[in-house]
Amino acid sequence: MHRIAKLACAAAAVTLAASACSSSKSSGSDASGGSGSVNWNTVASASAAGGMNALVAEAKKEGTLNVITLPRTWANYGKLMDDFTAKYGIKINDANPNGSSGDEITAVTSDKGLSTAPDVLDVGNSHAVPNTKLFAPYEVSSWSSIPADLKDANGTWYGDYGGYISIACDASKVAPAPCPTTFADLINPANVASYKGKVAISGDPTSANAAFSAVWAASLAQGGSLSNIQPGIDFFKKLKQNGEYNATTDTESTIESGATPITIDWEFNNSQFAADLKAKGIDLTVSIPSDGLYSAYYDQAINKYAPHPAAARLWEEYLYSATGQNDFMGGFARPAEFEAMQTAGTLDATDEKNLPSVTGTANLPTTDQQNTAQAALTSAWAAALG
Amino acid sequence: MARSGKKLGAWGAVLPLLGYCAVALGLPVWALIWEGIQSPDPITGVNHFTASNFTTSWHGIYLTGMLSSLRLSLLTAVISAVVGLFAAYAIAQSRGRYLKQAVLTASGVLANFGGIPLAFCFIATIGTGGVFLSWLNAVWPSFQLGTFAGLLVVYPYFMVPLMVLTTLPALDGLRRQWREAAANLGGSAWQYWRYIGGPLLLPSALGGFVLCFGSAFAAYATARALSSGTVPLVTTQIASVLSGNVIANQANLGMALALNTIIVCGLMMAVYLPLRRRSAKWLES
Repeated sequence: MHRIAKLACAAAAVTLAASACSSSKSSGSDASGGSGSVNWNTVASASAAGGMNALVAEAKKEGTLNVITLPRTWANYGKLMDDFTAKYGIKINDANPNGSSGDEITAVTSDKGLSTAPDVLDVGNSHAVPNTKLFAPYEVSSWSSIPADLKDANGTWYGDYGGYISIACDASKVAPAPCPTTFADLINPANVASYKGKVAISGDPTSANAAFSAVWAASLAQGGSLSNIQPGIDFFKKLKQNGEYNATTDTESTIESGATPITIDWEFNNSQFAADLKAKGIDLTVSIPSDGLYSAYYDQAINKYAPHPAAARLWEEYLYSATGQNDFMGGFARPAEFEAMQTAGTLDATDEKNLPSVTGTANLPTTDQQNTAQAALTSAWAAALG
Repeated sequence: MARSGKKLGAWGAVLPLLGYCAVALGLPVWALIWEGIQSPDPITGVNHFTASNFTTSWHGIYLTGMLSSLRLSLLTAVISAVVGLFAAYAIAQSRGRYLKQAVLTASGVLANFGGIPLAFCFIATIGTGGVFLSWLNAVWPSFQLGTFAGLLVVYPYFMVPLMVLTTLPALDGLRRQWREAAANLGGSAWQYWRYIGGPLLLPSALGGFVLCFGSAFAAYATARALSSGTVPLVTTQIASVLSGNVIANQANLGMALALNTIIVCGLMMAVYLPLRRRSAKWLES
């Protein structure tokens, strides 16, 4: 398929020949000729390329940044992209905003060599780890502020923002029972009648990371572990048997229409829903279940074959600056540099206050644990819930 | 000489079509096979040849998905074909010209009304929040939208109009006079349908059924939005392995699954074409 896709893309590229070729050619010649011997595709830090000023100058010369699958409403990416363009005058093309991590990896291999290929990726950890050969190692200036377990030692990928699995609830739709704040509340016999048909997750756990993580969080609450997701599958089976589970994929519209009054989703999604729906008179409470504390981070990576290598590196510098990290928090996500910024006093106090409170600490799964859990869930989910 | 030249000319005329078919149908199938027999090494990432994708695609959860897809498509196609045929017959018999026009227009629109919008309409109507669900549950207590039964209710919504669209022209073609002639010659209603109406209708009814089957078999967004993977279907499985956020680097398995769907459609056509040829005989002679 890759070869075929490449052929098709090449054909498409021919039609765009004039603009595409000229822009890629000019950036190529600039890279080799403009600033001497710097090959921007292999630059591993700003200092190695002559400092931030040189990076900014080269990125401005490239003038364009290709990003992929960044929804404007997800973790505040709309503001991040607009501010970046305003600050540096670099145009951002956002391809396939509602795509998935899988789509991003496919685009890297199938668009190789095209000026429209993505420069930077924002992928789930499950997709970053096995694909390091596609990424260019790069250490942002604030590299040391990123916790060690959120980054690849070689710098091919590094966590940008993340969050906990949370439970959102529209109290008016679940009365007389109170809103659930833990997984135990969800299967408490006293609440079952009120929660009937009202508990939803964000899609199919075999393809949606947030839904997958919801099952894993439930597993932790039910005696499972990072090595054992089965209790989570059993938990949802029980929800289904109780008649509480609602297979509808949660979205802002399903919450607004009352179809999914209880949603188990990333806190930044649930909090964003709550903020948006407040204006429409819907009061959504978001709580992080203390019995199933699970968090995950998304990762940034630079395409090894980025058509705009300097702009890609500048975008990373921007995302990992205090402004960029605070902007993620403005979208209710937890920035990777949270602790370092807390120590340094650069966290935005208002945005920090808007995050739901957490009791306890969550552990991150290892790659092996992820693979095991994915395999177990893929083979058991439909059978358990069908 | 002249004849062979004419033959060559005929081939020449059909050449663009053959070329188009080779590019539009042959190339993707070849690509699916080629990618389906390869698998990337988890460490080096280099592709090697293997039969494992095809083996996996016919076992475990993927076999369940295929069977469940087939069951869903066949059931909904039968329901839609029967309902659609009777609906189309009723419309063909009615004298209202405007009714017919309105039904045709509406069918054209509704036959293409699927995916997320349709799913959301059903969620809003008979989802948990609706009054309709409580009525429905009074007669069908276990009914839930995001289940196999739910899809069975939703799919005919776009498949019945499809059936009406494909069979209405044929039903219109049945002359009232033929029926009168049959009656004059002493034929019963049964005999009319057995020897005249039925054979004439069969090709388009079969065609409609095959279209419905294909439409249900290929449906994806509706099922995905409604059932969140609790009903295993081959289309949602392909999407999960190809472009999911959870399982990485299984694109080759997705290609194998996609090829399986082509095989199923091929088998369907292999059954349909001889049947159609048999019934078409009645129309031509």
